[in-house]
Amino acid sequence: MFELLGIPPQVLMGQLLIGLINGSFYAVLSLGLAVIFGLLNIINFTHGAQYMMGAFVAWMLLNYVGIGYWPALILAPVVVGAIGIALERVMISRLYKLDHLYGLLLTFGLALIIQGLFRNYYGVSGLPYAIPPALQGGQNLGFMFLPNYRGWVIVASVIVCFGTWFMIEKTRLGAYLRAATENPELVGAFGINVPRMITLTYGFGVGLAAFAGVLAAPIYSVNPNMGADLIIVVFAVVVIGGMGSIMGAILTGFGLGIIEGLTRVFYPEGSAVVIFVIMAIVLMIKPEGLFGNTA
Amino acid sequence: MSDTQTPKAALPAMTHTVGMPRHQKIIFILLLAVLIALPFMVYPVFAMKVLCFALFACAFNLLLGFGGLLSFGHAAYFGMASYVCAHAAKVWGLTPELAILLGTATAAVLGLVIGSLAIRRQGIYFAMVTLAFAQMVYFFALQAQFTGGEDGIQSVPRRDLFGMFPMRDDLTFYFVVLAITFGGILFIYRITHSPFGQVLKSIRENEPRAISLGYHVNRYKLMVFVLSATFAGLAGATKAQVFHLASLTDVHWTMSGEVVLMTLLGGMGTVLGPIVGAVVVVTMQNYLAYLGAWVTVIQGCIFVVGVLLFREGIIGVLSRILKRPL
Repeated sequence: MFELLGIPPQVLMGQLLIGLINGSFYAVLSLGLAVIFGLLNIINFTHGAQYMMGAFVAWMLLNYVGIGYWPALILAPVVVGAIGIALERVMISRLYKLDHLYGLLLTFGLALIIQGLFRNYYGVSGLPYAIPPALQGGQNLGFMFLPNYRGWVIVASVIVCFGTWFMIEKTRLGAYLRAATENPELVGAFGINVPRMITLTYGFGVGLAAFAGVLAAPIYSVNPNMGADLIIVVFAVVVIGGMGSIMGAILTGFGLGIIEGLTRVFYPEGSAVVIFVIMAIVLMIKPEGLFGNTA
Repeated sequence: MSDTQTPKAALPAMTHTVGMPRHQKIIFILLLAVLIALPFMVYPVFAMKVLCFALFACAFNLLLGFGGLLSFGHAAYFGMASYVCAHAAKVWGLTPELAILLGTATAAVLGLVIGSLAIRRQGIYFAMVTLAFAQMVYFFALQAQFTGGEDGIQSVPRRDLFGMFPMRDDLTFYFVVLAITFGGILFIYRITHSPFGQVLKSIRENEPRAISLGYHVNRYKLMVFVLSATFAGLAGATKAQVFHLASLTDVHWTMSGEVVLMTLLGGMGTVLGPIVGAVVVVTMQNYLAYLGAWVTVIQGCIFVVGVLLFREGIIGVLSRILKRPL
């Protein structure tokens, strides 16, 4: 077998795979943040908590109701999205006329509440969630071993990301959405119920976070803190990519996951901070972000 | 062009900068009297903790309340200063004043580096950038050798002040901490009520207009960022000497959130608000510690209620009722 800079290919490919999986989560989460930011103009700090809730709802469905992985993949995002819609109606919608920073503070408070509640009832040690039977085992690709479930995570994220992109960029509903992002008053004047669209958009963005949470449940243990640190990295991803473009958010997410994986091979100590370093470089060279159009 | 048309003279009359209004003088004197009596009524270490967090919150308020910049990463300066101070006192054997100075200087440099990058983005992005850099500092503290990783730097010695005055007694050290924090808070008051502070307010209220008046807005933003980080560092370094400890808690994002909470609760942009907020939050943590994770839930609820119903904060409301700036 070939060797690259003294690194065995199994190690390189293994880390690339982990990077790609992390990148899937970055992409789905930053996509949700970008969709929400586009219409609501708030940064959803609760996003990490909602990702965690997705994993927990899947776990609860399995352990309390006996509903397995595949229905949970649809049900958990719907449940968490519905909770998100309620939050938007009751609280977040009151802040649209104020400085955007209040939205950040409110959603930060909500994240603290949700994480605190789950910590109280489920502790911090983490709960196991088994890989569904259909996706156990793996494939030997000759140069590396690919666990089926990890392959599925990447495929599912790519499908969801491009589905969202297609919906927003290529359908009539997406056209309304993009129009409302540009000028909500004018779209409202054409008889479209913009407040309802905003609410549903928030629910959809939250649902994306919960979907990522269900995907993550069998890989990482289901844990109240699983979203807290991840969301900060996703913020950095969003700063690097800029939130102006859906495709930008997707590509930046996957790209940074791969870069992080490669860093783990060549300079393991730097892997935790490489994304922040890239953020610093992007801020120096192109402060509006790689795909950004606003400061 | 006559002198009166230069940018600085175009600002509103600065009557408030001439001196402290009488009622504020009285409040500060009363506050000082209370703080002198405090260690005889409560446990001195608790009193010192309150003072350190009051200074931390005031430093944060300098940036948010007067500069209009929401940093979500102030734990980085607080925590890093704490580590450097602890390391200097324990390994290099420095006296408290030198260790605290070194910690504070570290925070200032860190503030200069992060601030110069963060001010390139505005609003929400600014908050995310500062949060992300603070997380980077956290990972550094987790992995670096001198910080002791998960253990932190424990049993930091408190040597004699200036090499002459023994400080092992908590009550004695309390008055040193009082001098540092009260001095720091007065200094921050002086900054906000100076011509520099007036320019900051104008940038906060209307940035394009401040630019059109000829101010180098970014230079002002960076200056206030560095000042804020420096005072946050002073608070963190002092805290390391108070508790004989520097740990990961001080650099974690929850600490950044707490200082935002203190300022929001007390009243953004008020002089006394952050102090009141710090007292409330630290007292709450102290007496409700047995509730465990419920403290986080309570803090979250205060955030939500504060943002939805109570944006002026405690002192903001009081100040509106009394019709006086507090």
